Amino acid sequence: MITVTNLALLAFMAITAWAIARTRNLFVATMLAGIYSLLIATVFVLLDAVDVAFTEAAVGAGITTVLFLGALLLTDRQAKPPKNRLGHRFGTYGSLLLVVLFGAALVYTTLDPLMPHFGDPDAPAQGRLAPEFLADSVRQVGREKPTATHIPNVVTTTLASYRGFDTLGEVVVIFTAGVGVLILLGGSAVRRRRPGRRDGEKTTPGNSPSGGAGA
Amino acid sequence: MIEHVVLRVIAKLLAPFIVLFALYVQFHGDFGPGGGFQAGVIFASAFILFALIYGVENARQIAPPAVAQAGIGLGVLLYAGTGVAGMLLGGRYLDYSVLAHDAGHGQHYGILIIEFGVGVTVAAVMITVFFTFAGRRGVLEAREDTGVPHDGDDER
Repeated sequence: MITVTNLALLAFMAITAWAIARTRNLFVATMLAGIYSLLIATVFVLLDAVDVAFTEAAVGAGITTVLFLGALLLTDRQAKPPKNRLGHRFGTYGSLLLVVLFGAALVYTTLDPLMPHFGDPDAPAQGRLAPEFLADSVRQVGREKPTATHIPNVVTTTLASYRGFDTLGEVVVIFTAGVGVLILLGGSAVRRRRPGRRDGEKTTPGNSPSGGAGA
Repeated sequence: MIEHVVLRVIAKLLAPFIVLFALYVQFHGDFGPGGGFQAGVIFASAFILFALIYGVENARQIAPPAVAQAGIGLGVLLYAGTGVAGMLLGGRYLDYSVLAHDAGHGQHYGILIIEFGVGVTVAAVMITVFFTFAGRRGVLEAREDTGVPHDGDDER
């Protein structure tokens, strides 16, 4: 049953991806990308990766769609037809060929008899650290009192305690992204460069006192 | 979209519950699925929903850019500061066991604090990025009025 559901979801994803590639309407493409994220979030749930599915649904289907919509406000809803039709077609089918070849290579690799099957407990990835983390998460995190923490979500203990440095790095990445957007597109930068512009103040009346002070 | 009655009412009705759910995901991440990343995004989505319906200017009134921008740095500081606090109390960097008398409780506190830092940074970045993108519309329209091309390439 799981296999049937998985196959159906993957088929839907392939159809959605094809539709995204085909459409010239950017609004439709944005919405389809959100649907694609929701579909893969469902696949993650079926794979028992609830935390990842949660993130995918919130970030991929939610925020990314909204950010794309915000970007769409600044541009046209319709993609321009390609100027060089032949070159465009060559690029399209060339990249399609590349993707198909790469996918076929990946599938071919999984056919290798040495490759562990899906969910194989003897897979090298499950070998040394994973069982220790899973079995001892609660005990090890609270080293002195065996069951003192009572943190049942192993994902959280792994993310925040075992892999605390990694997560700190991830937060710094997000911090850098936010600062980068502010530096590149921040309203104050635009205003500082052209201080005498009267229409800049006219169009953003509510923003100028707080935005100017804060940025 | 402020002229649509249904959207306006539903957005106002939903926003507090979205924030509440974000807080639940934030502080229940040690018992169920969730954590700072997801909670931050959900928290920001409440403000973004409000901004989509009521306009960015009204949303800026309830989430001032200065506060959001301060949150970007505060979250990272909270995370890194927890590590430093562990060092000052005699442990290693990001070792939470020394934060409380009992190692297990220390781990629990540490995880909650750093997850909160993650949530603050993620929410602040998402709100700031959306406001910055959405606020560009006014800038671009102003430039169109003055006849400057609006492809954005003249930004340096």
